[in-house]
Amino acid sequence: MFAYYLDLALRSLKRNKVLTALMVLAIAVGIGASMTTLTVLHVLSGDPLPGKSGELYYPQIDPQDARGMMPGTLPPEQVTLIDGMNLLRAKRADRQALMEGGAVPIQPDSSAFDPFYVEARYTTADFFAMFDAPFRYGHGWSGADDEAHARDVVITRQLDDKLFNGADSTGRALRIGGSTFRIVGVLDDWRPNPHFYDLGTGSYDYYEQVFMPLQTALELHFDRNGSVDCWGNGTGGQEGSAYPSPTCAWLQFWVELDSPAKAAAYKQFLIHYSEEQKTLGRFVRAPNVQLRDLMQWLDYNDVVPSDVRLQAWLAFGFLLVCLVNTVGLMLAKFMRRSGELSVRRALGASRRALFAQLLTESGVIGIAGGAGGLLLALLGLWLVRRRPSDYAALAHLDPEMLAVTFALALGASLLAGILPAWRACNVSPALQLKSQ
Amino acid sequence: MAKRSLAALLENKVRPKNSMMELQPILSTLRRHKVILWLLMLEIALICAIVCNGVFLVAQRMQHMNMPSGIAEHELVQIQQAPIAPPPDRYARAREDLATLRQIPGVLAVGMSNQVPFGGSSSNGNVMLSPTQPHQTLSAAEYFGENLVQTLGLHLVAGRALRPDEYVDADVVIKALADGSDKGFPMPMLVSQALATRLWPQQNPLGKLVWLTPKASFRVVGVVATLARANAYRTATAQYSMIIPLHMGADKDQSYLLRTRPQDRQRVLAAAVAALRRIDPARVITHTRTYDQIRSDYFRDDHAMAGILVSVIAAVLLVTGLGIVGLASFWVAQRRKQIGIRRALGATRADILHYFQTENFLIVTFGIVLGMVLAYGLSLWLMAHYELPRLPLSYLPIGAIALWLIGQIAVLGPALRASHVPPVVATRSV
Repeated sequence: MFAYYLDLALRSLKRNKVLTALMVLAIAVGIGASMTTLTVLHVLSGDPLPGKSGELYYPQIDPQDARGMMPGTLPPEQVTLIDGMNLLRAKRADRQALMEGGAVPIQPDSSAFDPFYVEARYTTADFFAMFDAPFRYGHGWSGADDEAHARDVVITRQLDDKLFNGADSTGRALRIGGSTFRIVGVLDDWRPNPHFYDLGTGSYDYYEQVFMPLQTALELHFDRNGSVDCWGNGTGGQEGSAYPSPTCAWLQFWVELDSPAKAAAYKQFLIHYSEEQKTLGRFVRAPNVQLRDLMQWLDYNDVVPSDVRLQAWLAFGFLLVCLVNTVGLMLAKFMRRSGELSVRRALGASRRALFAQLLTESGVIGIAGGAGGLLLALLGLWLVRRRPSDYAALAHLDPEMLAVTFALALGASLLAGILPAWRACNVSPALQLKSQ
Repeated sequence: MAKRSLAALLENKVRPKNSMMELQPILSTLRRHKVILWLLMLEIALICAIVCNGVFLVAQRMQHMNMPSGIAEHELVQIQQAPIAPPPDRYARAREDLATLRQIPGVLAVGMSNQVPFGGSSSNGNVMLSPTQPHQTLSAAEYFGENLVQTLGLHLVAGRALRPDEYVDADVVIKALADGSDKGFPMPMLVSQALATRLWPQQNPLGKLVWLTPKASFRVVGVVATLARANAYRTATAQYSMIIPLHMGADKDQSYLLRTRPQDRQRVLAAAVAALRRIDPARVITHTRTYDQIRSDYFRDDHAMAGILVSVIAAVLLVTGLGIVGLASFWVAQRRKQIGIRRALGATRADILHYFQTENFLIVTFGIVLGMVLAYGLSLWLMAHYELPRLPLSYLPIGAIALWLIGQIAVLGPALRASHVPPVVATRSV
């Protein structure tokens, strides 16, 4: 029966090519626009570490002075160096890492390259294991190396390709900012998006090429990047000569806790720590702590640009207009065939059969519109990638979104077909036939 | 069904010609096609809401993109550099670099700054009007660096510029504050007119004091007309700026700013890079840009968003226009016989043409009325979710005129076709 309906639908669609083309076009542009924006939204709001993100938490404590204190004030989004080191050394979590972004000059041995700056991450030993960073060669450094201010460095595959033609460079020396480091590991491709562990340096498409122990970088006065939040007489310091004051929050601290019970216990520990610091006179405010997991942290920071959300809403508004338009056109088309439908009714076809036939026709339009929409979405995403936004390069269609495209197109066209089909199959056959 | 419509059509012809009279048969026909009427009205209303708010969003973006910086934009170039190994004295290095840059032919002025308007990376301070007040008054941009008034081409509206002997090395201030000392304060500072007006409305700002930390106080010695912040997200606070006489050491976050004639910019940039490399061949030049590039980089997303909005508005209007063409064609085809009868009874081609045009005008008008309500509702929703002002009422008539135009253009073809239906159709059976 379906094959017969399909045949009828195709014949009917062929009969009025302009109207059919208009309907397919309306659905295609609506779907194309919606899928372009939805794909961008989907890519940007994705989980950077699937399977692991639920175990990673971002602790926040409040070491600020009394100025500006109000009930409900949120703690700073970063930690001071003192608190960061205290929490790191307390080792109350399964794993923990303290970190800061920066930039370092690489001085290659070969004269083929001039010295160049790369983005760097100054962090502590657990960073790689916590964030599932894959190693191509070698490994990270140890907690003992952290405390010893070891001149160890982990580089990315990209930098390894550039400097050593992709060879295993572990054990080799690398001159960075006037000091000699030993390469202990080379990371394989690792590009978490968004750049969740430090949104202050860049949210999307931001990748460090060099990772080194935090205390080594601080000792060598390497340049830092990212935001600084100061209170009291704190100053942000100046590059190379002074780091931010003790009353400034400027580092990121992450912990790994593999069960909700441990997370609850860690939150208690943070409250306890705040109280202890208040007794010591370092903290002034009552304990004010937050422990958000990775996805909650991204959500709290509104990491997806508001323009991208606005674009998605705009596209759905556009799709709605296209659908209403299609409903009108289908209604016109189906009502025009009242005569033909009356003949089928008179010959014994049930209303249900007519309804199914007309919906099949809507479905065919939907599939055609979906195919057109897919092409337009691919074109749209290509246009997005050509834009200079930092997230632009990430806009690619994945199989999941491909399926969504067709589901949306088919669903939308069937929805648009219901009212016209229902109206059309309710014509009274006798009256229609008589008036002919 | 045919009876009443036919009566209506006939009625129209018998009565004396009067445009008001012509509405009645149209209305009675529309009453018989409620579903199509409602669909068209709904579509027009949706478009009205989307187009009015869309055009308003575009206008907002354009206004944002045209935000004044207060500086001589077309005469400035920026160079940022970073040393491979720190020089023994960053302040001496900065002085040497600045002196060298000043020698380049075509350079009118040289300055150094920790940030530039719309530069993105910003430095801001919490401003207080007393050292003990419990909450900060506001946050404003802190411009540190040499010779900014002359280099940036700032317009001094009151007081005086900063004198070279008033400048202090940043490290000295950082150290004093770290020790909890207020030695050297209050320092002189310049403020923007917008900041002065916000802090001391209706008062003379010259000589007034502000605190950036409980110890660090500053006395206003001059006011500049406009100086935008590096991160000017919100129009209301975009012009809150202060200039503080600090020498900054040469490092990757400082910018050397050179003022020159617009046509000399590229040449001066190249000469400046060469001169800086002569002083320290090992340094890395990280950025060289004209100020025009800085501005267009900062507003690129707004630019793209405005482009997307305009395309969506155009696409919505096009799709609807085509939809109206389709529906009107169908409607004309369905009423061929009635049109033929009217023509046979003496209606002219113009009468038929006007009938469909008036009908379209009526439907669009109903849609617009519904659309105004929708547009207003959408505006309220946008205000709640995005930092946007309310849709000005002046956008509604603009949207209405656009829709009337689109409707009339779309219906013209089918209406002309209708007017060419020959009277003989009336005598044929279908």
